[in-house]
Amino acid sequence: MNRLSPFNVVSLTLGFAFLYLPMIILVIYSFNASKLVTVWAGFSTQWYGELLRNEAFLDAALVTLKVAVLTSTLATVLGTCTAYVLVRIHRFPGRTLFSGMAFAPLVMPDVILGLSLLLLFIGVGVDRGVLTIVLAHTTFAMCYVSVVVSSRLVAFDQSLEEAALDLGATPWETFRLVTLPIIAPAVISGWLLAFTLSLDDLVIASFTAGPSSTTLPMKIFSAVRLGVSPEINALSTIMISIVTVGVIAASLLSKRAAVQRVREEKAAERA
Amino acid sequence: MRRLILIAIPYVWLLALFLIPFVIVVKISLSDTALARPPYFPQWDWSLGWAGIKDFFAELDFENFWFLTTDDLYWKAYLSSLRIALISTLMTLLVGFPIAYGMARAPEHWRPTLMMLVILPFWTSFLIRVYSWMGILSQNGLLNALLLGIGVIDEPLIILNTDTAVYIGIVYTYLPFMILPIYAALEKLDGSLLEAAEDLGCSRLSAFWLVTVPLSKQGVIAGCFLVFIPAIGEFVIPSLLGGSETLMIGKVLYEEFFSNRDWPVASAVAVILLLILIIPIVLFQRNQQKQAEAEG
Repeated sequence: MNRLSPFNVVSLTLGFAFLYLPMIILVIYSFNASKLVTVWAGFSTQWYGELLRNEAFLDAALVTLKVAVLTSTLATVLGTCTAYVLVRIHRFPGRTLFSGMAFAPLVMPDVILGLSLLLLFIGVGVDRGVLTIVLAHTTFAMCYVSVVVSSRLVAFDQSLEEAALDLGATPWETFRLVTLPIIAPAVISGWLLAFTLSLDDLVIASFTAGPSSTTLPMKIFSAVRLGVSPEINALSTIMISIVTVGVIAASLLSKRAAVQRVREEKAAERA
Repeated sequence: MRRLILIAIPYVWLLALFLIPFVIVVKISLSDTALARPPYFPQWDWSLGWAGIKDFFAELDFENFWFLTTDDLYWKAYLSSLRIALISTLMTLLVGFPIAYGMARAPEHWRPTLMMLVILPFWTSFLIRVYSWMGILSQNGLLNALLLGIGVIDEPLIILNTDTAVYIGIVYTYLPFMILPIYAALEKLDGSLLEAAEDLGCSRLSAFWLVTVPLSKQGVIAGCFLVFIPAIGEFVIPSLLGGSETLMIGKVLYEEFFSNRDWPVASAVAVILLLILIIPIVLFQRNQQKQAEAEG
């Protein structure tokens, strides 16, 4: 199926233009000297300067990074456990409830998750802050990690684990020396996914944050609620660049790893 | 023993931070609004023992749910959320299918790059992607400047803060969720089937309708659910791109909680929202299972 008709070419061109133009425009206008969107008043980096001088934004960025690192690390551990239990342990009491709870947060609207967690935190009487945001984010991020890791666990050859056990490895050694290295790429993408989800979340953070723990999305939201702001354009440009560089680097690395693997397999065949 | 710990850790976490909070929402939705801290009644009174628990349950009722049925704000919000989610899902399908189709027909060595281009926006902040349309759609924004410039219109169109802007926002942000499953289905499609259809006298168009479309059905269904389900409870898009008359239930819930501080009503709104979502979620899961079985 690789005959591109003119229709295919047009739809691909228009489709990708639709996906990318808004962001490209945002990037271009972050260098606009004028405060207005439509008026181009020359190239300037003044909004970047103002952004860097804005301490509220820097504080929020710091809180967000702290939350995202803690969340993604916790969620990766919990999500990998969840995936392992769901894929490898077929019978235990309450398994249906467990798999339901591991799936539901993926489709639950943010407003409901946020509201319910806030009511819990108030009921228990915890002070809201970085800790409560991390608990909330981990709860939904671990379910995404579990999906990513599960797909890798399902795909790999279980006889490798059985061989290790037969050769006298303890279950923990088997997990550490056989299972973990094989699922490592999925665990790493799970970590990155959890990190991005946490970095990105506005609604759940607004419910579970305290007065001293404003995250960057909350700050952005309150800044743009009333209209376009050139400082936010500058901030968006920085965030878009980081993501672009990251995604391109990751895809190049995984391509190289795939090439390497093919080469090793060929070498093994020859030997 | 180790196995027990392995199961217990994520299990207890999800019970404590997912299930119990939800039970609390249901409980508060049955309570009454009160001018107190926390602003609802009854409270759980441990000191009274068993009698306290009995009194507590006696105080719960469905009053908030009755209230939701009497005030048409909520009815309208539920219905308009469903309407907006449905229309924007169909629009996303119309935009997404040709892109996925083009990707599946592109030369093989292009596909990884095209895939990356579809996934890249997903890693970029959702909030920023929604925000990027504010400058384009506003009354003195770029779209109006462009259209006025070429002389298509005489006065600026009002798009920002209307339902149209919400549709555009949903289509734009959820497009990757539609493209990826359809592309996955189309990529697996065996080209020889199309050749066979054409050899047997089908025109290219009818081969497309009779072979390609039915075989991509699973991908289309998955994509539609992946857009429809989150779109119903959407909050960011209607609050940034929608207007004051754009009613969506996620926004109503948020405002009920933060602006009106009416916790019991907000909880009742959440419970009904979830009840509405159960049908599409169950259908979606069934579709995924059917697909997994067909492949396995």
